[in-house]
Amino acid sequence: MVSAFLCVFAVLAILIAGNATDHLMGVHALLFFSAIVAWLVGIALWAGKLGDRDPFDETEYEDTLVKFGVAASMFWSLAGLLVGVIIACQLTWPNLFYFEELGWTNFGRLRPLHTSAVIFAFGGNVLLATSFHVVQRTTRARLFGGMWPWFVFWGYQLFIVLAATGYLMGITQSKEYAEPEWYADLWLTIVWVAYLIIFLGTLWKRKEPHIYVANWFYLSFIVTIAMLHIVNNLSLPVSLGSAKSYQLFAGVQDALTQWWYGHNAVGFFLTTGFLAIMYYYIPKRVDRPVYSYRLSIVHFWSLIFIYIWAGPHHLHYTALPQWAQTLGMTFSIMLWMPSWGGMINGVMTLSGAWDKLRTDPVVRMMVVSLAFYGMATFEGPLMSVRAVNSLSHYTEWGIGHVHSGALGWVGFISFGALYCLTQWLYKRKSLYSIALVEWHFWLATIGIVFYIVALWFAGIMEGLMWRAYNDFGFLEYSFVETVEAKHISYIIRTVGGLLYLSGALIMSYNLIRTALGHERINQPTDANPVSQPPAAAELQPAE
Amino acid sequence: MYETLSSFAQTGGLIYFVAIFGAVLAYALWPKNQKKFDKAASLPLSDREPGDE
Amino acid sequence: MGLLNNHGVFERHSLLLTIGILITVSIGGLIQMAPLFYMENTIEKVEGMRPYTPLEVAGRNIYLREGCYVCHSQMVRPLRDEVERYGHYSLAAESMYDHPFQWGSKRTGPDLARVGRKYSDEWHVDHLIDPRALVPESIMPPYAFLAEKSLDFRHIQDDLKALRAVGVPYTDEMIENASMDLRAQVDPDIYFDEQDALVARYTEASGREGTVQIRDFDQDPDRITEMDALVAYLQMTGTLVDFSTYEAEDLMNAR
Repeated sequence: MVSAFLCVFAVLAILIAGNATDHLMGVHALLFFSAIVAWLVGIALWAGKLGDRDPFDETEYEDTLVKFGVAASMFWSLAGLLVGVIIACQLTWPNLFYFEELGWTNFGRLRPLHTSAVIFAFGGNVLLATSFHVVQRTTRARLFGGMWPWFVFWGYQLFIVLAATGYLMGITQSKEYAEPEWYADLWLTIVWVAYLIIFLGTLWKRKEPHIYVANWFYLSFIVTIAMLHIVNNLSLPVSLGSAKSYQLFAGVQDALTQWWYGHNAVGFFLTTGFLAIMYYYIPKRVDRPVYSYRLSIVHFWSLIFIYIWAGPHHLHYTALPQWAQTLGMTFSIMLWMPSWGGMINGVMTLSGAWDKLRTDPVVRMMVVSLAFYGMATFEGPLMSVRAVNSLSHYTEWGIGHVHSGALGWVGFISFGALYCLTQWLYKRKSLYSIALVEWHFWLATIGIVFYIVALWFAGIMEGLMWRAYNDFGFLEYSFVETVEAKHISYIIRTVGGLLYLSGALIMSYNLIRTALGHERINQPTDANPVSQPPAAAELQPAE
Repeated sequence: MYETLSSFAQTGGLIYFVAIFGAVLAYALWPKNQKKFDKAASLPLSDREPGDE
Repeated sequence: MGLLNNHGVFERHSLLLTIGILITVSIGGLIQMAPLFYMENTIEKVEGMRPYTPLEVAGRNIYLREGCYVCHSQMVRPLRDEVERYGHYSLAAESMYDHPFQWGSKRTGPDLARVGRKYSDEWHVDHLIDPRALVPESIMPPYAFLAEKSLDFRHIQDDLKALRAVGVPYTDEMIENASMDLRAQVDPDIYFDEQDALVARYTEASGREGTVQIRDFDQDPDRITEMDALVAYLQMTGTLVDFSTYEAEDLMNAR
């Protein structure tokens, strides 16, 4: 059925390839077609080897797919972070890292590649893998839809490849974090609807009466991203054979739509999705129920309600009407409360098990991610205040802010989940090496500190330099003097990024060895709680 | 139209927010729901297979 | 009480939960965004704004393709230092034909909203080819390949048609002559009559003399390159509106 569905697209792709008015579109249509052919061949080989085995046995969880998701997350994290380090080098040493004859390696094309790779490829795969894992475990049901979850997984990878190759070839609609062109957007919409149906279908056949709160967060992520994606990408293709499209909205309306999308991509992709991870993996890893389930309910509704209004703080002092700016600012400040409520809920889950912070670096990683979450969600409301924003906007401070959230919060909670998933899914007593997790933790933490401190410094400095006046009432600095002044900060930032990337490399090595069943001898045995026997559940107060 | 809509956005938004927040708070703190929440909170800790009843 | 027990269905019924989420998140967006689509107050009354010429559209598409928005904003805020550094603060009207908008979010390089007519064509071409030859401290990438690449404008008419479909007021005449207008703007010596027609068309749309700049932007008379288009676009940005007739104090323009 999935294959038949895909054949329709294969025909479409061939038609488009035949009628492409620009060769870039032709390349993409052929790429798309080859991906579908690869799928069909893969399915045929897989079905041939199947024998009598029921591939969709309802008494087993679909864990193979989650393993694929873990591998994909690992791969894309390395790719995305590597491109990040490269573009950091380009800004630091432009003479060494720009190539006159290779225009497609310029910063303007690689930067969207970096943001999309870390947000959508790395973050997105972590969310796919963990949501498929969590929804099965908390509903005690196998994933709904047979082969369709696999369609979602591979369809999403295809979207990533279309987007990434598109940027390098110069296909972009030039809206930040929504750069892929119309056909890639349409494809993602199809994949996303399938994702929603699978998630809901699994909830419908659940064996537990309650829907655990992590699933609420996942559901809000899936539903809201669908809405944001569709509205922000409304555009008219020049023709069906052309990769180029023009946005339906223009100017101020387009700006508001874009930042409604952009801010809520942070809110619903990088926050609620990863909060779902927090609400499952932290309790599971420390073997204690979440600190307050009541708080999690208030957290959920107030967070999703308030987030959706905060977008206009990206447009302070612009041509957007001021009432809309003020509304965005007010809600951004209010957002501080639910954010910290959630953070406290996650951290306090450890009460009574604080020693795990010392003994289990995976737990420490996840708790430190909450600390960064708390820091970023305090910094965010601060920067959304108009007066502060007049200084911070357009500067490196914004980049630093994003990275304290992305590297600290999203990165660390994801790495924590990947460590957990690898150990649990391959049913290992322990990770290959606890010491290497320690190395990862400390390299990455120092990397983040280098990164954000350097950019606070650079951002505030350039903001002040732009508005500095000399004794005669003239602007004191030319623009390029402010660029020059940031050079040292750029070097420190690059080193920070490099440290973070090395941490991720160490993690990948550790995960692969764990999956292979290796274990280093002589490591402390109490560091890793293996999944608990069922008896643990019956000790809960309610029972 | 613009005037009406923008003034509604400013006052209506506030009222809507307070109403939703009140409802959520009441739901979360309602004593009868406590038991249900405790049960739900322990969901991740069980390790049962999909076939188990 | 009854109401509150019903509230519990959110947990048991995933579909209701989905709808609850959807309502919560969509109302916020709707309330906030809807007013702006009633534009009479959002966009000021100005003189001079006109649809971009085909060459400027082609140049703008190169600006988008290369990701210039990643490092350059096009939004001068009404703050003293910005107005003195870049020029008059940006008006909403100035981006009314921008599909999509290019306000940007980061200034790794300076704002470009008013870069038009600030530097010579030669400066732009040399700077794009090798930024550090002109500004040693610059960290901008080199764009030498633009000068070597012929501009592909076979489908420029389709571009204008699509732009008209999303609301840019191109006339039939502008669309019909798109390709010739593009050539005439960059090669005035060959297309002498066509040049007059181009100027007449876009001057009428603008309501203001002198908004169409015609010359060989990259000083390479042999062909029309991507450099021609990009420089033509840059030289136009921020120059269309007639600020001598713009009344910031007018209540209609207050935001």
